Amino acid sequence: MTFVNVKPSEEFEFLNGQGHVLLIACGALAREIVDLIESNRWKAFDVACLPAKWHNTPQFIVPAIRDKIREAKGKYKSIFVLYGDCGTGGQLDKLLEEEGVERIPGPHCYAFFSGNDAFMAKQDEDFTSFFLTDYLARHFDKLIWAGMGLDKHPELLPMYFGNYKKIVYIAQTRDEELARRAMAAAKRLGLDYEYRFVGYGELASEMKDRA
Amino acid sequence: MSDEGELDLRSLNDEELTQQIHDDLYDGLKEEVEEGVNILLERGWTPYRTLTEGLVEGMRIVGIDFRDGILFVPEVLLAANAMKAGMFILRPLLAETGAPRLGKMVIGTVKGDIHDIGKNLVAMMMEGAGFEVINIGINNPVEKYLDAIAEHQPDILGMSALLTTTMPYMKVVIDTLKEKGMRDDYIVLVGGAPLNEEFAKAVGADAYCRDAAVAVETAKDFMKRKHNQMAASA
Repeated sequence: MTFVNVKPSEEFEFLNGQGHVLLIACGALAREIVDLIESNRWKAFDVACLPAKWHNTPQFIVPAIRDKIREAKGKYKSIFVLYGDCGTGGQLDKLLEEEGVERIPGPHCYAFFSGNDAFMAKQDEDFTSFFLTDYLARHFDKLIWAGMGLDKHPELLPMYFGNYKKIVYIAQTRDEELARRAMAAAKRLGLDYEYRFVGYGELASEMKDRA
Repeated sequence: MSDEGELDLRSLNDEELTQQIHDDLYDGLKEEVEEGVNILLERGWTPYRTLTEGLVEGMRIVGIDFRDGILFVPEVLLAANAMKAGMFILRPLLAETGAPRLGKMVIGTVKGDIHDIGKNLVAMMMEGAGFEVINIGINNPVEKYLDAIAEHQPDILGMSALLTTTMPYMKVVIDTLKEKGMRDDYIVLVGGAPLNEEFAKAVGADAYCRDAAVAVETAKDFMKRKHNQMAASA
């Protein structure tokens, strides 16, 4: 049972600069974060997003989060980081321990959207799966097809995706267009397709705990 | 970096042709690299010289520009494809002509992980540097590493992981080597985007290699040390 009213309220618009809890988040989560804030009318939060493209260059994530935390200290009652480990190899957790800041649990957003325990329980089945979230399904052409050079060099497809068997679209919202795009992405990549609606998962519960 | 329009590679002298091979490799032009390699061989270049001065040097430049953020993964993969094409021509000839061998490496991605782009680049560059490389692929449980070690008796064991959730498995492999009293028989190098030197030390590896170029230099250093030790104890 979900406590979240999934229809965004027209009367409550999120405006940065009024909260006392700073959320430092990956840009790929921005839409979901704002939707949760507006749907639940949470007034506690300000949001600072970092470039989603750093997914591919995680070495940029930790220094930038450090800067954001230090910039924010003294201005907010608390800071909460909405990143998984995201390929930082434990360096994000090391930074957060040094700075006394917590983050949402989980190795990455696929896990905390799905529910960390549920995601880990399927690891043996899923390790040959490539995950799409709403964000990745929406931006598949730009981020993955063109971003990886597949538009100009489709011969690279086996190098990138030759070891994968399936696209799993873990959907945050029930959006037919996004599901259609995710299925089309799987077809383009020559992979099987699975749809899993997960909603906002632990992103919602962790934000609620701090609202 | 390549000239536009048709260029007759045969009209270039050796120095120009070598430079053109570097440019064509940089641009991922597979057929042009193959043609350049064949022309150098026709001119009497040894396979080893063609490999090192043509292909390896060309990829070194690619590696530098990737590290500096000038080239990105797609360009590096295209360059690697071009280098692979050149090495396909040279490989049998290198064996025939007794090209120098620096050592042997078994390399694989760990259990539960199917990422292999970086690992395959390392394997290619290690081969280009003169190592014999046995690439055991992806999703390797410790038993597969042990089987490969038993069969091939390498000098170096290379492990790759791209996920924070799979990299701890490297410790399982290294601890198994220790339990079997084998750890000191092998140089263990680890790599992958979420790794770092601290992690490599914590799991008991000999070194963390942040990219293929570093892997090659690190491997060469360790092999030199190994040979020095062997010479000293002889």
